Amino acid sequence: MSDKVTNYPGTSLTEKDIVDGNVLSIHDEMQGDFSWDTGIAIGRYLAGFKEGVILGSHCTHCRKTVVPPRIVCEWCFRPMDRFLPLGDTGTVNTFSLCYVTWDVQRIKEPETPAVIEIDGASPLHGIMHKLGEVDPQQISIGMRIKAVWKPADEREGAITDILYFKPTKE
Amino acid sequence: MSMRKVAVVGAGMTKFVRRALETGKELSWQATSMALESCELTMDDIEGVCLGTAPDAFDGVHMKGEYLSDGAGAWRKPYMRSYVGGGTGVFVPIQGWYHVASGMFDVVLVVAEEKMSSYYPHAQGAFLTIFDHTTERPLKPNLLWIFALEMNRYMQTYGISKKDIAQVAVKNKRNAADHPSALLGDSDITVEDVLNSEVLAWPVNRLDVSPVSDGAVALVLAAEHVAKRITDKPVWIEGVGWNLDTAYWTNRDLAYPRYVEYAARMAYDMAGIKEPRKQINIVEPYDPFDYKELHHLEGLLLADRGQAPQLVADGITLRNGDMPVCPSGGLLGVGNPIAAAGLMKVAELYWQLRGEAGARQVPGQPKRGLAQAWGDLMQVGTVVIMGR
Repeated sequence: MSDKVTNYPGTSLTEKDIVDGNVLSIHDEMQGDFSWDTGIAIGRYLAGFKEGVILGSHCTHCRKTVVPPRIVCEWCFRPMDRFLPLGDTGTVNTFSLCYVTWDVQRIKEPETPAVIEIDGASPLHGIMHKLGEVDPQQISIGMRIKAVWKPADEREGAITDILYFKPTKE
Repeated sequence: MSMRKVAVVGAGMTKFVRRALETGKELSWQATSMALESCELTMDDIEGVCLGTAPDAFDGVHMKGEYLSDGAGAWRKPYMRSYVGGGTGVFVPIQGWYHVASGMFDVVLVVAEEKMSSYYPHAQGAFLTIFDHTTERPLKPNLLWIFALEMNRYMQTYGISKKDIAQVAVKNKRNAADHPSALLGDSDITVEDVLNSEVLAWPVNRLDVSPVSDGAVALVLAAEHVAKRITDKPVWIEGVGWNLDTAYWTNRDLAYPRYVEYAARMAYDMAGIKEPRKQINIVEPYDPFDYKELHHLEGLLLADRGQAPQLVADGITLRNGDMPVCPSGGLLGVGNPIAAAGLMKVAELYWQLRGEAGARQVPGQPKRGLAQAWGDLMQVGTVVIMGR
């Protein structure tokens, strides 16, 4: 703001002004229903989950193995050479203990999202998932973990076929 | 490359508030008319308009560019809205710059607007669709996760403590106490206040985060021959840069923002800057979370990797330090109406370099400043360097 200005536009309201009806407002809810196609690479990735496998894709030219798999290599812009099964084990790259929901409601037991470097993928290549069967206060970066899968007959070809990752004793 | 010199010749901004009575159109008009008034131009002098605003989802309005066009003065003019997530506020002046540098326009208006309060019950909900719909959204992520995950990786990689990082929030909220349009200025805040505030998503506490806000900012850009007629203190856009990293954010080095480095190198090259730490006098890096200011100073090559907290601890980034960082008060102090917050940083450089920042004025007649924003899915860097 310039020191030549003496009038500052913009009028601050509080939630109370809305609730008490001091100002008028219009409330509306929008609904959106979608059916997303999985495409080629993610279709294979999801089909892999049904079999209890985490699938990546490999570029021979760049010697890179990425996850989630894709059909084109971002580095050289050539088609990926092949899909390949990776381990269902990995390493905690980073994690959080989250005490709020998306609409900022408070929760007592924290959610435990993590970025998980998957064994068999290139260094620092991982996926986002959650950690489980662990005291949140005991989670650390570098911790070795393994996927806990839904029973085979309950899997539906979704990222949630992995319930969470739990620590392994190595 | 044959490009014309481009100057900023006028600027205006509304107050940043948690919830504004005014609509987005009205906020846009308020900021725009202030900017025009500051350089004594009228809408007749404006040849084109560039607008920046973040997701349509905030407002529940399809094609927000068109919706805001009357408030931004776009009627019967060449008009385009740009959008690169949180990076928008520093991208839209770049868009304005190439309008003028190209020779197509002599005078353009650059407007950035955000009204985040309309989304119920909380603007965070509008961010849910940034996550991949097939591979991530079934895990029911929220926006805080992504920042908490990145902050934790940054802390662990370099051995940085939450206390080191909290100093940034303290500095910026104290700086904002001198900004007449700021939402969260607090001259008495301490590191303990930040560390003792509620844990939202460890390691992120409530006071590590900038507030959801409404607001608008506008600039007037002019080609050299026009700028010199309008003002005797034009502030030149000396360098611009922007760069994008992979959208597969879990395949990236979360401890270092390489895309910010690439954007900065592009801008330094254009501005002929060889030693940024000596040649940049004021920095306005993007600070939606306190750790991001540090992360970005490293990406901008203004601090060694993992060493930005030491600059803060040594007082170098204070308003009267050797390299003032966020003298405005930043997003943490002034507020974070996404696109408007980024453009506020560019406006702050304009006021600082003209010596009219009042109580916020950086001493020593600074010659050159850098503003940077960041966004999309943690992967876009936008940089503007300005000098007098």
